Amino acid sequence: MSQAIQFDPIRLPPEAEELRIEVRAFLAEELANGGFDPRSTILTSAFDKEFSKRVGAKGWIGMTWPKKYGGQERSFLERYVVTEEFRVANAPTAAHFTADRQSGPVLLKYAPEHIKQEVLPAITRGECTFCIGMSEPNSGSDLFAASTRATPTEGGYLINGTKLWTSNAHQSDFMIGLFRTSPPTKENRRHGLTQFLVRLKQPGITINPVRNMAHKHEFNEVVFEDLFIPEDHILGEVDGAWKQATSELAYERSGPERFLETYYVLTELVRVLGDKPDPRAAEGIGRLVAQVHTLRRMSVSVNGMLQAGKEPVLEGSIVKDVGTIWEQTLPDKARSLSAFVDAEPSNRATFDEVLQYATTIAPKLTIQGGTTEVLRGIIARGLGLR
Amino acid sequence: MSEADALLVDATTRIFQDLCDPQTVNAATDAAWKAPLWQALEESGLTLAWVPEEQGGAGASLADGFAIAGVSGRFAVPLPLGETLLAGWLLGVAGLDSPTGAMTVAPSRPRDRLTLTSEGTLQGRALGIPFAGSVETIVALASQDGANHVVHIAAKDCVIQSAPGLSGDGRDAVTFDGVVPLAIAPLPDGLGENCLSLMGAAVRAAQIGGALQEILTMASEYAQERVAFEKPIAKFQAVQHNLARLAGETAAAVAAASSAADTIHTIQGLGDAAFFEVAAAKIRAGEAAGEGAAIAHQVYGAIGFTEEHILHRFTQRLWAWRDDFGNESEWAVQLGEFVADGGADELWPLLASR
Repeated sequence: MSQAIQFDPIRLPPEAEELRIEVRAFLAEELANGGFDPRSTILTSAFDKEFSKRVGAKGWIGMTWPKKYGGQERSFLERYVVTEEFRVANAPTAAHFTADRQSGPVLLKYAPEHIKQEVLPAITRGECTFCIGMSEPNSGSDLFAASTRATPTEGGYLINGTKLWTSNAHQSDFMIGLFRTSPPTKENRRHGLTQFLVRLKQPGITINPVRNMAHKHEFNEVVFEDLFIPEDHILGEVDGAWKQATSELAYERSGPERFLETYYVLTELVRVLGDKPDPRAAEGIGRLVAQVHTLRRMSVSVNGMLQAGKEPVLEGSIVKDVGTIWEQTLPDKARSLSAFVDAEPSNRATFDEVLQYATTIAPKLTIQGGTTEVLRGIIARGLGLR
Repeated sequence: MSEADALLVDATTRIFQDLCDPQTVNAATDAAWKAPLWQALEESGLTLAWVPEEQGGAGASLADGFAIAGVSGRFAVPLPLGETLLAGWLLGVAGLDSPTGAMTVAPSRPRDRLTLTSEGTLQGRALGIPFAGSVETIVALASQDGANHVVHIAAKDCVIQSAPGLSGDGRDAVTFDGVVPLAIAPLPDGLGENCLSLMGAAVRAAQIGGALQEILTMASEYAQERVAFEKPIAKFQAVQHNLARLAGETAAAVAAASSAADTIHTIQGLGDAAFFEVAAAKIRAGEAAGEGAAIAHQVYGAIGFTEEHILHRFTQRLWAWRDDFGNESEWAVQLGEFVADGGADELWPLLASR
């Protein structure tokens, strides 16, 4: 490690705080007129295309992108405010969030001009949903083991194989797929994979649901049988996708969604413990609040580094590692702290409902965006250990 | 960090590298290293960094003082530099001149209170006062009829019961009964009884962050040198993951401490925002101190448990600093009550406001 770990105390700039007021007003209006229901976002589905279109109309999807592609050319710190306010309000952002966070930026960097012009503005209008085609039956954390083949053919490639755990594939328009165009080499096992833009609504693709243990249909199995993809849908370098992945990771791993996914548990915990908690309960709240405040300050700091053009891969991985553990342990801590709350069911019905849900989904929090083990490997590399 | 801050950090670092190298201090058979170190710190204005120039100090910014504290943590400095900074700050805000020499502050525990009688003498006892047995001056907060005063006391006038504390630096019991202060001035408007514990906790959080940065570097290097089972232990995934956790705890302590320091510096006051940030920083840095020290010892094994090795200079101070100016539990109860009083729906606006 060359230099001591630093997290400068970046504050969100005034324009971001002005935007926060607008976002809160929008969310309040949506709640008032029944635009979305936070409870059903948590418990049932966060996917709502109509809501995404209304967000798009506000200019809050792809808001950091160039204006010529429908963006607003605003800063990452402004986007940060939109993301965290939507997350805490339990707004249904699933129909646009993947495209906004990672697919759009990949297209911006690697797609040919005519695809950028076609797809990016549609994303910003909230009309276009993306899914991530990385994991396979035998390739999860070990991304470079992907074996779905892209075989050259006249004018493009034929795709054969299966992607798995693909969230929202059944409701998506596009996938950014990682396919094998060459075998790995002896020197570099990461060689031979290529990213493609896949149009999902066409023959050659079968999407099968995989229900999760919370009884929701989010995961899918996506089977490709001789799917034709034209050559101009290649994103970036043939066989060189591994070079494209790393710089995006800091964006994917350091955002507020990486520690706020179960934040509603904390809100409801404070509510059931009441305005005069005993010392045990007060200490529990105090520690949780100190921890989430610290995570947010770390996360804002990393986003400040990104805005300044740095590549804080180590710092971003640390935020995800510490954030995931916090999110995952939150339901159990809340359960323990609420143990002596009056058992009259009506007093704690809402709390118990979200607590049960968060307990059920906690295991998956480590999987998305890199498992804890993978992240700690990256951190160890940053420390010079491997 | 601003450029001026960076220069100050560099200058402070150089003094410690030359005169307070943990290895040298650890191997020293006498205290001969202390005098030249303190002299260098005084001559460069670091001890009275927070004292205004017109009162004999360096008039440095609040941010600068916290940066100095952070560096002192990185060297596990076994002298009352942080305490002298705090004492000078307290004298300065009350408009009192600062003496030269080492100082400490009282009280350092949340439930200890000192009072000033109508005859102008002090009453009360404070426990766990850092370095009380080795300083000339104690600066204390004392109340009289509900009003808070800053008092400047000669340490020799007090009854001091020495105790080494976890770090060996001294966490002494001081009895103030009947002591006549050398100077008394009211605490200015805008500062409350909790001002010393807020500033003290923010200094300790900065020191904890510095010490964790250092043991992370040390332990990462050691893991690459130490061979066991025919390879450097850094190559074992279990060791890598422990060190990655240490990096996470270090990051949390550093981020929380620098955010609290920035808040005090920017707002120039110790109201609700400072309370929230300092409480969070002392809680999170304190948690990190415990977790981090345990991981570093795990990496070092038996050698780290010897007197000869310098690791204990850091870990024992990390444990001691957790307890000064309020431990995690004490701050967490206060912060939890504050949050509960505001109500569930005010928590997010509070977090987002920082």
